[in-house]
Amino acid sequence: MKRLTLSLLLAATFGAYAIYVKIGVDKPAELQQSVTTAPQNAVPSANISNRGKYKDGEYTGNVEDAYYGNVQVKILISNGKISNVQFLDYPQDRETSVRINSQAMPYLKQEAIQAQSASVDIVSGATNTSQAFIQSLSSALSQAL
Amino acid sequence: MDMPITVEISDASGKQGDIDVIFDYFKYIEEKFSVYKPNSEITKINNGEIGENERSEDMKTVFSLSEETKQETNGYFDIVANNGKFNPSGLVKGWAIYNTAEILKKRGFKNFYVEAGGDIQVKGKNSKGGCWKAGIRNPFKTQEIVKSVCLRKNEGIATSGTYIRGNHIYNPKDRSKKIDEIVSLTVIGPNVYEADRFATAAFAMGKEGIAFIEKLSGFEGYMIDKNGIATMTTNFEGYL
Repeated sequence: MKRLTLSLLLAATFGAYAIYVKIGVDKPAELQQSVTTAPQNAVPSANISNRGKYKDGEYTGNVEDAYYGNVQVKILISNGKISNVQFLDYPQDRETSVRINSQAMPYLKQEAIQAQSASVDIVSGATNTSQAFIQSLSSALSQAL
Repeated sequence: MDMPITVEISDASGKQGDIDVIFDYFKYIEEKFSVYKPNSEITKINNGEIGENERSEDMKTVFSLSEETKQETNGYFDIVANNGKFNPSGLVKGWAIYNTAEILKKRGFKNFYVEAGGDIQVKGKNSKGGCWKAGIRNPFKTQEIVKSVCLRKNEGIATSGTYIRGNHIYNPKDRSKKIDEIVSLTVIGPNVYEADRFATAAFAMGKEGIAFIEKLSGFEGYMIDKNGIATMTTNFEGYL
């Protein structure tokens, strides 16, 4: 079975992100799934699409505040497209204290959560459109234009 | 409803056009159901521009499914938000993902997943011919996963949570009460529509939410409290 190429998957992923860099503009980002038109919003804006118009190379984005910590990404452009996104910094200072909750269901199994190193296909989590991620990614991409 | 979307098709015949159809559908959903869009149908319903009899078919469907879910959850699922306006996003997300999976099935695909905002519908096998492996995100360190589940029977998985800044979920039965004892509740069910609506309802029950999922036949759950202690339903470990 052949997977869709990585660039297609990434295009699907990044193409659907809110594309606007909200520089001093306080309005909800729009979902854009089509990468045919460049969205116009705050000026200047970095358009996050994956249509092969970026210069190949590695670019490091700005450090952005994500409330629980900072987010900073480094991207790799290959053949004009985003081929890798690496997190240089991400929120990681939340303590996981272990205090047994006496009101929890006594008959259901409990455990302290632990990081798993298993590789997975997908991740399920609460919706976390991270503006900090988008801004750091945008700042990296704007260097690649 | 602004959220990232991922689609992966294992079948060799997947094309850009198939992905485009999925994204077009999500855009359609966004334009209709987003309470953040000034011209969406739901916004116009909320400000009185569109009357109950003038709602579109899809809107009527969502309202009807919402009412049904409210009954089934003893009022813990309620699309009336604390500001008195309708916000059906706790059901629309799963319903929309489910619909896109149906689109892919009609196009003949047998092995894929569609993920939007952390809720997922899987079908068939991953690109290595094995089960689709879904990780449950660590609410305290969102780059980590704390559990990995193996989805073998075209299940849906949805996670409700409040670990994002400014994202508060209130108990619809006592609207002064923010849910803060638990931070994440993941539900695995027969499809993502079911998983999403029950994850939304169960989260509003706070710590009791996992007991609700335990009682639901065909669903398993994994709840994480604010201290990092997880509680799971009896057969959840069958997914590990």
